[in-house]
Amino acid sequence: MMKSLRVTALATALMAATSLSAMAEMVYHRGNSADPETLDQHKTSTVYEAHILRDLYEGLVAYSADGQIIPGTATEWTVSDDGKVYTFKLRPEAKWSNGDPVVAGDFVYSLKRIMNPETGAKYASVLYPILNAEAVNKGEKPGDELGVKAIDDHTLEITLGAPTPFFVDLLAHQTGLPVHPASVDKFGSDFVKPENMVTNGAYTLAEFVPNDHIKAVKNANYYDAADVKIDSVYYYPTEDRGAALRRFQAGELDTNNDAPTEQVEFMKTELGDQFRVAPYLGTYYYAVNMKDENLAKREVRQALSMTIDREFLADEIWGSTMVAGYSLVPPGIGNYGEPAYADYKDMSMIDREEKAIELMKQAGFGPDKPLKLTINYNTSENHKNTAVALADMWKPLGVEIELINTDTKTHYAMLRDKGDFDLARAGWIGDYSDPQNFLFLVESDNVGFNYANYANPDYDKIMDEAAGTVDLEKRAEILKSAEKIFMDDLPFIPMMYYGSMNLVSDKVSGFEDNLLNVHPTRWISIAE
Amino acid sequence: MTTLSSAPVPDKALARGRSLWDDARDRLLANRAAMASLFVLVAITLVSIIGPMLSPHPFDKVYRDYVKVPASLSAYPAEDQIQPGFEAVLKRARVTIESFERVGDEVRARVSSRREIDPRITRYFERSDLFVDPQLVDWSADKTAATLTANVNFVHFYFGTDSNGRDMMTRTFIAGRVSLTIGLLATVVAITIGVIYGATSGYLGGRVDQVMMRVVDILYSLPFIFFVIMLVVFFGRNFVLMFIAVGAVEWLDMARIVRGQTLTIKRQEYVQAAEAMGVSDGGILRRHIIPNTLGPVVVYMTLLVPKVILLESFLSFLGLGVQEPMTSWGVLISEGARNMQGAFWMLIFPAIFLTSTLFALNFIGDGLRDALDPKDR
Amino acid sequence: MHRYVLGRLLGAIPTLFLIITLSFFLIRIAPGGPFDLERPLEAKVMENLSKIYHLNEPLWKQYLLYLQSIARLDFGPSFYFRDFSINELFAESLPISMQLGLSALALALVVGGIFGVIAALRQNRGTDYAVMAAATLGVTVPNFVVAPLLTLSLGVWLGWLPVGGWNNGAFVNAVLPVVTLALPQIAVVARLTRGSMIEALRSNHVRTARAYGLTKWLVIVVHALRGAILPVVSYLGPAAAALLTGSVVVETIFGIPGIGRYFVQGALNRDYTLVMGTVVVVACFVILFNLLVDLIYAVLDPRVRYD
Repeated sequence: MMKSLRVTALATALMAATSLSAMAEMVYHRGNSADPETLDQHKTSTVYEAHILRDLYEGLVAYSADGQIIPGTATEWTVSDDGKVYTFKLRPEAKWSNGDPVVAGDFVYSLKRIMNPETGAKYASVLYPILNAEAVNKGEKPGDELGVKAIDDHTLEITLGAPTPFFVDLLAHQTGLPVHPASVDKFGSDFVKPENMVTNGAYTLAEFVPNDHIKAVKNANYYDAADVKIDSVYYYPTEDRGAALRRFQAGELDTNNDAPTEQVEFMKTELGDQFRVAPYLGTYYYAVNMKDENLAKREVRQALSMTIDREFLADEIWGSTMVAGYSLVPPGIGNYGEPAYADYKDMSMIDREEKAIELMKQAGFGPDKPLKLTINYNTSENHKNTAVALADMWKPLGVEIELINTDTKTHYAMLRDKGDFDLARAGWIGDYSDPQNFLFLVESDNVGFNYANYANPDYDKIMDEAAGTVDLEKRAEILKSAEKIFMDDLPFIPMMYYGSMNLVSDKVSGFEDNLLNVHPTRWISIAE
Repeated sequence: MTTLSSAPVPDKALARGRSLWDDARDRLLANRAAMASLFVLVAITLVSIIGPMLSPHPFDKVYRDYVKVPASLSAYPAEDQIQPGFEAVLKRARVTIESFERVGDEVRARVSSRREIDPRITRYFERSDLFVDPQLVDWSADKTAATLTANVNFVHFYFGTDSNGRDMMTRTFIAGRVSLTIGLLATVVAITIGVIYGATSGYLGGRVDQVMMRVVDILYSLPFIFFVIMLVVFFGRNFVLMFIAVGAVEWLDMARIVRGQTLTIKRQEYVQAAEAMGVSDGGILRRHIIPNTLGPVVVYMTLLVPKVILLESFLSFLGLGVQEPMTSWGVLISEGARNMQGAFWMLIFPAIFLTSTLFALNFIGDGLRDALDPKDR
Repeated sequence: MHRYVLGRLLGAIPTLFLIITLSFFLIRIAPGGPFDLERPLEAKVMENLSKIYHLNEPLWKQYLLYLQSIARLDFGPSFYFRDFSINELFAESLPISMQLGLSALALALVVGGIFGVIAALRQNRGTDYAVMAAATLGVTVPNFVVAPLLTLSLGVWLGWLPVGGWNNGAFVNAVLPVVTLALPQIAVVARLTRGSMIEALRSNHVRTARAYGLTKWLVIVVHALRGAILPVVSYLGPAAAALLTGSVVVETIFGIPGIGRYFVQGALNRDYTLVMGTVVVVACFVILFNLLVDLIYAVLDPRVRYD
């Protein structure tokens, strides 16, 4: 009894202390699903790293609160008529957190650094449209041949290898964020330490305690500092989504960028508008191993896809946090229009099932001659539930499913090595809003992502044609014909479009739902 | 230190023609808590074995219309779900509903459509988990209207259903089979290795003891997860493998405890006496050392079974052993813990089964300990 | 005695060496590598990364390199937490796990010990059953159930204690994790104490002591408990080593930056150096605590001698 009293007293004292300090400054407690591997923007590849880096640094362009591309360090840019030369005007007032001016040379330095093979950048390929970038990154050409040039301190010229209509979108990716050349030269890989880091974004790094928190404080030298409301932001790696929900409920987190799907019903009733689901630029699919002689038959793949009750998966298994998906490219993407949906999208389940049974019969399978398949998935409650539901849906086709789950590394190592699987779960979140970023997955020379071993010369030809087309409308049409081929061949079976889930407290404003799920802290404020 | 009364007891007991085990059995039978626990354990075991056979639901049957429904003594669909459920099916079949009535278990509705009604729409009812025996009767002349009748299909989910709409009761029973088997077999493996190893090490002492304990230290500090992942890669998924993996890890504690006990026991006068009489090392181990360590061993065993059952859930999580649609209590409970807010029945029922089993094991262990104690007579 | 301790410590070196060797090669057999991501890397990038971390060298050479660096007590750079060396990670996290583990251990010993003694004195009576049932509950409910239940009830609903976070070791933040860690240990300690206490109470030296007219509690504490504590000590060696080196579940659910999470994070991320580091740290703790247990044995039980 005594003990609990003391504890309560202490807790009250502590709360009083925190609320006192909160009055003095605005603190934002932000749940962020995992710790970054590194705060070196050139070595990162994940979404949760991007959330932090976008607060610390600002590239040529930035994101608005609703996820649109807006001017960042560059105030304006022009594109040459052939679509290959971009000229950026940098704002003269932009400064690093130590007071140095941000100049065009910093961007040249940064782009050369990420393409330098010795940096070991994981995601340099995002910026491959830049002239000679790929060759430099592969060590085939010297760094000086990279198509970037500082005309003067405030003018930057980037030359592309081929016209790329979504190039400016690419620059908003975390790989396009600049580093401070002087500190990189001085500290080497230690430039990311809080005591060394110099940033040009709205915030600057104060602390990084792995598995505990990252603290960033307002950068007084930021050109727009007057409009930045939050004084310090804490990012917590909330690996356990259930625990994150409880911390949110207890008011310890203001937002969290994920939520436990198991408890969707509960969150909808208890949290109301604080539980946010928004469309997201991603597709949940199963890769089909085309090397398997049974799965090489198109009828089988079509039949499998046709019998999936995608609405049930999205609404019941995923609690409406996903949307039934009938195409590889999610709807709402830029430079595209309506995706090429499967033709059975609007057919009734009964007709689909009947047709699928017919197709299976053509391929030589039926209840008397069952097709035995395995589903590989990486360990997760929802992947498991999805696989169980699919096994049930495919029963009428005479398909017998065995489920195999492994940890994430084993799963992706198996996919990369084109291991021995029949159907394997996978997903893709777009890096930028363009259909090419989805359709390139199954190009025959895409060794890394083409888990299905799909090789269709027609498809590759169309994709090449699209890459050389500048006219956006014409390009969209060409890409759509590629997707049409994809949906007929089905090397991947798309099932759902991802939704983004966020827990956002009522006190938080400026946290706007958007397709890219980007939420820079500079736009956010918290009411007392 | 030790006086005559306790030392030669085992041999005296033999001389009387009443073995240690006879006495132990009598004492165990007299222990009411232990007997009640034994009864509970047997009951749970029986339910796990027979339950899935008697249950109306196969353990892997997916009821798409009953995803995560709460545990209930009354049947599904509940009264207020029948009409909306019926209308939902008709909406999927794209026909208009004119009238709806319900007589006992039967529902009938007049349906119409602007076009001819496809007789196949009854299949929507066959697919639904709510209705059976759908029939279209009283067709109008132009086939655009008809009367649809169907029977309500009442089912019970006493423990509710999981996130795939599978019956939790049947799954809890079937999980019991897996958990109990693993708990029992792995524990037997661990105890056997542990006792023999520990007693040998402690009794022989000296350099042999040091070497044997170093081996335990080394095994103890090995990265278990990698050990397990490796097993999966090399041997594939295999139920037997799980016993080996768990047993191979868990005997280490046992060996330590038995060794500690042995160090003490071997200084006892009766052991020294036996040594002086020229009884072989193996004989002393069998007759004196191991029986005298049984008390702590039994206590520890009752602690080991829960540990093994919980460890198994961790292994299943990694992908070794129990794969869907098979399941175990550990797996069900970890799923339940994630659904704690919102679907508590997914946690509570497997937890009750697991906890009762472990409780029973504990009390049986205490009873056994008391009964086997050679000094307690 | 000193010679014995010194000998044991020297003997630990080959043990450690064996552990390092075994785990080094075991880890490399596991499928997948540190740079296998959901998004595969370009072959060239993979090659560059491998070069940076010496992964392109033959395995035996990597092994020698690792032995060299570990001889200098340098655990190398982390593959996942690329801004940190393993030494930096451990310097931050080990004290936290030890602090939690020690608190849990102390709590378990005190509460479990008291429970066990009470139960033994009231053997097979109501109190015995009640106390043991309460203790047993602790070990039958897995910690991944206890932790959410405690945070939900005391944190979210009642709002008495923080739900998660370490907050630089504030007392309130440590309460729930320590209790969660201690619960199963309380049960074990109580059971072991009860078992050996019953035995000890019946033993001759305790009977003699009572016959001499020593007061009941003095007998219990000085004579019976001293003998009864041996199995507990036996158990505590490995248990303490495990507790002090952190618990994955508790640290993950409560968001505590301890060393326990690194083992699983390291394993799942194939962060070779991190796993090796944790293995070495755990091994050192195990060896140390076993030595400690043996020494305590010698102190408590005059029949055990190390010469």
